[in-house]
Amino acid sequence: MKLKFGIVVFPGSNCDHDSEYVAESILGQEARLIWHKEGSVGDVDIVILPGGFSYGDYLRCGALARFSPIMKDVVRFANNGGVVFGICNGFQVLVEAGLLPGVLLRNDSLKFVCKYVNLKVENAGTIFTSQCRKGDVLEIPIAHGDGNYFTDDDTLKRLEDRNQIVFRYCDPKGILTGESNPNGSISNIAGIINEQGNVMGMMPHPERASDPALRHTDGRKVFDSIVGSFVHHSQLVERSA
Amino acid sequence: MYHSKILVTLRQSILDPQGKAVEHGVHSLGYDRVRNVRIGKFVELSVEASTKAEAEKITREVSEKLLANPVMEDFSFTVEEKS
Repeated sequence: MKLKFGIVVFPGSNCDHDSEYVAESILGQEARLIWHKEGSVGDVDIVILPGGFSYGDYLRCGALARFSPIMKDVVRFANNGGVVFGICNGFQVLVEAGLLPGVLLRNDSLKFVCKYVNLKVENAGTIFTSQCRKGDVLEIPIAHGDGNYFTDDDTLKRLEDRNQIVFRYCDPKGILTGESNPNGSISNIAGIINEQGNVMGMMPHPERASDPALRHTDGRKVFDSIVGSFVHHSQLVERSA
Repeated sequence: MYHSKILVTLRQSILDPQGKAVEHGVHSLGYDRVRNVRIGKFVELSVEASTKAEAEKITREVSEKLLANPVMEDFSFTVEEKS
């Protein structure tokens, strides 16, 4: 039984094909691109909001995409426990839509940063990191100008207390340093999940680090975790039937 | 017909690296007594409404829902009747 990935395409999205490629050619699952004007995500298991520059980043990154017709159904899908994965611009759309807390500000350097970074897995108990161990360091590329995650102190404390911080920027040894933070994000945050654990947003691009032809494949662990979580769940369902 | 002018500004608690960069530019022009440069957005729009109060209500709602992100921005606006 193949899992179905639904990848939303907004005007200006440009990482939809990379995500589709990983889902089909690397993971061997099914994927379909969902145009932002469609009314329903359809019969999918996972929704991906891909990277890119939806609506040209006009007004604020992700601010206009969150009002695209498909987003009503993405919110419904998420509120019903559906798995939603926002990558880079997708993360920006998720915070604008209120599916994740906080905001992504302009990088503190004001530069668009395009490089490999190291991510420390802070929570290995999520759908998205079940095949990782806490403390693992993943080398995954970033390419963004507005990845500076920010939230107020109360929300930050809540994220920490409830283990909602999934990835933090770190050095190759897994130590959190200022130099390893490419954009000034608060507490070196690179990726977070919602309280229920079914929605994750991350600024780095795991879909660009999944193909052995690119030599970096740490990103694949995130996708394998998602697939593995479904397989595990369906096995549990079968056993209890 | 009413004409609204909206200012969207970064909340004081938010770091503004763009403002800082512009401040350095102002200083290199020789104006070293200029401080606290912060960059915001200006939006103008027309509203068809029967009263000024209605135009203000619409302007406020559009600002709250889209033009400003309350996590990082404040907004203020003026509404004028235009013939």
